[in-house]
Amino acid sequence: MFKVLTLFIVITYVNISNAAGMIDDPLLTMVKVDQLELSDSDKNTWDAQAWIGKDLNKLWLKTEGELTSSDVEEAEIQLLYSRAIAPYWDAQIGWRHDLKPELNRDWLAVGVKGLAPYFFETDIALFIGEHGNLGVRGQFEYELMLTQKWVLSPEIEVNLFSKNDENVGIGSGVSDISAGLRLRYEIKREFAPYIGVEWNRRFGNTADFAQQEGESRTHVNWVAGVRILF
Amino acid sequence: MTKKANWLTTSTTRRQFVLGSSSVLACAALPWPSLASANDKAVVMPELRGRNFNLDIDYQMVNFTGKNRIATTVNGSLPAPILRWKQGEKVTLKVTNHLTHDSSIHWHGMILPSNMDGVPGLSFAGIKPGSTYEYQFDVQQSGTYWYHSHSGFQEQTGLYGAIIIDPAEPDPVDYDRDYVVILSDWTDEDPADVYAKLKKQSHYYNRQERTAADTWNDIKDKGVAQTWRDRKMWNQMRMSDRDISDVTGATYTFLMNGQTPEQGWTGLFDKGEKVRLRFINAAAMTLFDVRIPNVKMTVVAADGQNIEPVTIDDFRIGVAETYDVIVEPESDKAHTIIAQAIDRTGFAYGVLTPDINMKAELPELDPSPILTMADMGMNHGAMNDMSMMDMSGDMGHQMDHSMHMAMATKMGSGKAGYGSNMPVTHKDTEFGPHVDMRAEMPMSKLDDPGIGLREHAEKYGRKVLTYADIHNLYQTPEPREPDREIQLHLTGNMARYMWSIDGIKYADAEPLVLKYGERVRFTLVNDTMMNHPMHLHGMWSELETGDGVRIPRKHTVIVQPGSKISYLVTANARGRWAYHCHLMFHMMSMFREVKVI
Repeated sequence: MFKVLTLFIVITYVNISNAAGMIDDPLLTMVKVDQLELSDSDKNTWDAQAWIGKDLNKLWLKTEGELTSSDVEEAEIQLLYSRAIAPYWDAQIGWRHDLKPELNRDWLAVGVKGLAPYFFETDIALFIGEHGNLGVRGQFEYELMLTQKWVLSPEIEVNLFSKNDENVGIGSGVSDISAGLRLRYEIKREFAPYIGVEWNRRFGNTADFAQQEGESRTHVNWVAGVRILF
Repeated sequence: MTKKANWLTTSTTRRQFVLGSSSVLACAALPWPSLASANDKAVVMPELRGRNFNLDIDYQMVNFTGKNRIATTVNGSLPAPILRWKQGEKVTLKVTNHLTHDSSIHWHGMILPSNMDGVPGLSFAGIKPGSTYEYQFDVQQSGTYWYHSHSGFQEQTGLYGAIIIDPAEPDPVDYDRDYVVILSDWTDEDPADVYAKLKKQSHYYNRQERTAADTWNDIKDKGVAQTWRDRKMWNQMRMSDRDISDVTGATYTFLMNGQTPEQGWTGLFDKGEKVRLRFINAAAMTLFDVRIPNVKMTVVAADGQNIEPVTIDDFRIGVAETYDVIVEPESDKAHTIIAQAIDRTGFAYGVLTPDINMKAELPELDPSPILTMADMGMNHGAMNDMSMMDMSGDMGHQMDHSMHMAMATKMGSGKAGYGSNMPVTHKDTEFGPHVDMRAEMPMSKLDDPGIGLREHAEKYGRKVLTYADIHNLYQTPEPREPDREIQLHLTGNMARYMWSIDGIKYADAEPLVLKYGERVRFTLVNDTMMNHPMHLHGMWSELETGDGVRIPRKHTVIVQPGSKISYLVTANARGRWAYHCHLMFHMMSMFREVKVI
């Protein structure tokens, strides 16, 4: 994993000289930290993506996770090859690795990412796990421009699994749904602080596992963070 | 600077001012004093005359925004010196490159041998750092042209200047005094960064996006159901009706003869004089709408070529186009020359005055244009389905035009001067992730003034120049019918910021091959929502404006969104020529080599 990251950083750095010429399709990089936030509970999260590539083919890195003051609770990283398949859609295939909680899990990830009609930013992925567990994740986000700088952004994420995986607290069926509403102020395109509220509910076996751990089914948290692009 | 423009001495900075002026509401809210004054002293642009010229390309420190930046200039001047030639003479231009990168100069609109055209990779190898290239050619034509770098993004960073060619015969245009008015856009950013930002987020510079307030106003005006229907098509297509310019006043400072709006350019005139203004759009990405409030302009030349004089109030000048106008301003006051960026996020500004101390009124900016379904080349049926039609407004006006034009085309039956009758077909290469739309029913928009100008006649009583108004002053010397027709589609994917012709970008394209001597009709179909000023090097583009006898000759032709347009080209210049959209960040891929063999 470290090697991949190093390679990524090296390629990114080398790229700086590449975009200087008159090339119609330069090798570019983009980093998008969608969420980097603190919440009113002891649970802070990140959700970031980066890509390197050209118009139609890119290498994507996605990471998200959760940490408390004492420990990293959840951490996931995906490394994907991304190819444009339609004007607004990319197909993505690659490797998902869960570093936390506890046991490492590896998945094959296959998905589509893009902009659906009515401007819904969409990312749907199928994950095929080592022990035959299948997971599906759907993420949908909308950006409502209140003004040229204030943007209200509702989003929803749904996770489903085919099997129980008690070690990591996953139950079959719909495991959890989270919905967020964030209001950001774009000081610049690149930098936007936000506040918001995040609602999360676990279902079925997942909820039972959580309750065994002494956690509740439903969380509602106020959040504050920044969105960073470059 | 004792008389610093008083309409800017507010508490806002210049940048805030330009951004603030981007919406009409903001204009109303801002303090907007009605008086404007120009520089204390008229800035005289350097001019070089004769047959032999030494031009030195070098870096130059400039400051347009309060920050020092490095520009690329000719002989230390931005714009580059005016070159004044005489028709029929042979000129020799020794161009030395002092940059650390390759450079070049292209003589825009000049009819000359292909190895003198200055396009690296096609005409020659470019001018290496530290070396000199000697351009030499006979000046065959007269009028207003310009020159600019054809290497990298040097044009965006200042490498452009005017060419004036005095005619060998007495000038049919009567004037007492002439000025070059060269319009451009300047950014403090590295143009490569601007391009990268557009690739990552194509709306990066758009700060006039549709907001919830706009939708709320629509609901109040039209009700929920109608608003939903109106929005439906845009939402389904994932496109914005506020997408006018890729790069805007959010980063650009618009210049007139190298002067910022705060400075203002000043042109002096004496009582009773006829002043010839030679407008040149040397911007990288900005189309301008030009007017001199309360002064009629008589357009006498387009792209350097004399036309039948036509008197107007406003004209749109596409990137790389030139227009010569004659004005006879009242001598008891100063007059504002305002060139608004097409998206109204800023303007270039100057004053025409009999007295350097006089002030001119600065008009309000026109409202920012909003695209309609017709700008997407949608057919009538589809528009009805989507109920986009407010026939009383913008669209009704346009439908009249299109019907009128359809009839004109039918009568002309595809004869030289009347445009194409060929069906519009989309090639297989136009389908894929690199193309986001295809105009289903592109209309001829010769007499459509274009987005943001259509209501001017109705609302303000202002006559706007259209291509249909342009007729050559002289009879077409060679009124031959075209031997064949080439239909090319201007294509792209706005969100991915990819541009192409027929869905194929330059890097992957075969050259267009013309046989020496043949006459070809080029029909351009715009399958995008942007205006594309298309420039053919080396040969005239004889624009078919509906006149078979006096076909005007142009070097750059705006193809309006969702429209089609035709021109005739006689392949009378052997060699390899460039053919491309002149918007800097479209050019690299919306480009073809034209090979005449």
